[in-house]
Amino acid sequence: MNRVVITGAGTINALGHSVPATMEAMRDGRCGIGELKIRDVERLSVRIGGQVREYEAEIHFNRQQISLFDRFTQFTMLATKEAIGQSGLKFAGELAVRSGVVLGTAGGGVNTWDENYRSVYEDGKNRVHPFVVPKLMNNAAASHVSMEYNLKGPSFTVATACASSNHAMGQAFNLVRSGVAPVMVTGGSESMLCFGGVKAWEGLRVMSKDACRPFSANRNGMVQGEGAAIFVFEDYSHAKARGADILAEVVGFAMSSDAADIVMPSKQGAARSISGAMTDAGLNPTDVGYINAHGTGTAANDKTECAAVADVFGHHADKLMISSTKSMHGHLIGGTGAVELLACIMALRDGVIAPTIGYQEPDPECALDVVPNEARDAKVTAVLSNAFAFGGMNAVIALRKI
Amino acid sequence: MPDSVQEKVIDIIARQAVLDRSDVSLNQTLEDLGIDSLALVESIFSIEEAFDIEVPFNANNPAESDFDISSVASIVKAVKKLLSEQGG
Repeated sequence: MNRVVITGAGTINALGHSVPATMEAMRDGRCGIGELKIRDVERLSVRIGGQVREYEAEIHFNRQQISLFDRFTQFTMLATKEAIGQSGLKFAGELAVRSGVVLGTAGGGVNTWDENYRSVYEDGKNRVHPFVVPKLMNNAAASHVSMEYNLKGPSFTVATACASSNHAMGQAFNLVRSGVAPVMVTGGSESMLCFGGVKAWEGLRVMSKDACRPFSANRNGMVQGEGAAIFVFEDYSHAKARGADILAEVVGFAMSSDAADIVMPSKQGAARSISGAMTDAGLNPTDVGYINAHGTGTAANDKTECAAVADVFGHHADKLMISSTKSMHGHLIGGTGAVELLACIMALRDGVIAPTIGYQEPDPECALDVVPNEARDAKVTAVLSNAFAFGGMNAVIALRKI
Repeated sequence: MPDSVQEKVIDIIARQAVLDRSDVSLNQTLEDLGIDSLALVESIFSIEEAFDIEVPFNANNPAESDFDISSVASIVKAVKKLLSEQGG
């Protein structure tokens, strides 16, 4: 089996339009969540979100591209440009034929659905733009990445709600590890901060109206974010041979299904994924210094997740750090694991643990070191990133310092 | 007197082809103008929007559609025919 390393990273999200800007915000414990600026926001009861600010599509894309790129695709293309740019890779010949792109998204082109439903239902129009379908399809972003960068190998999109990008990165990891592909572009993207998207989430009654405070006793729900993060996963020997700058090593991945409930998480399902990722990585519990939590800020998730971590790690659970960066960038749904992997890379590479901000009151049911409110300097050599989706589908990825 | 239908059609086609409208002439084909299949359906959409007409065009088999796209002139002619039929 090949070793797999990360040689490029890119992002755009509520904390910043690049990896350095996002990591700086995470170090500073800055909050990217604010008042939503979207059409008909006055008809929403939830009016906050981790929106990408100061963003104009026209600056980055031409008219023809915009007619085909939903906002989730636009975010993907910008993050990919940064990631592949950093990797220094050019895809040609055999490398292009064998390399591919696997991305996660839960909703795909939600803004495109929303705008066009509006057009035919609310405005009574009887015709929509011919590109509605290729624009909204979940695989549009992956397809445009493949076309832009000449990636001709295994390429697809994974949709497992809030675990989509972890599942996608797990597939990319295994494709490189098994030797199917020398390089995989992977990660995820989401953009459902539009009237219909937020309205749907409101219905579940799990959204906070003021802030995302994971693990804090006074938390009152999740806050949605948007954006993308993209990584270049590369065969270690391939990266080494070309002298690439290696950000971290991907060492393990596991997934599990609760097979229990469509929305309520299961401690056992989460625990099986966490311990599975460590087994896959050949890590002992005591090797793990940091976990980027799923940490949505809902009572159901946070209690279940902390209980699962306590079960898997035993005494070591009190020694490791576990934080939820969703408190800063919001919950990017299908793109969330990808943005959160940046916090894992920062922990390994820079020795800075991103905080759980908005933490106000300890919860005895979440009695772990959640790195409250301020980033912390700490040397860690192995980290995990959790994602536990609606539908009970769990995916945990393990990284190691290199 | 300027032919406003023709002017509008040429505007739409020039926009799709990313050309200056003076570079679009009536005897050119869509292929000459570099308009591919996606740009073609987008052009037809724009024509429907601009003239408020329904264009009978099926991308599966353009030749059998009752809308002649063989040249810029044929499109102008077809649009005029639809306008007279549909009273748009």
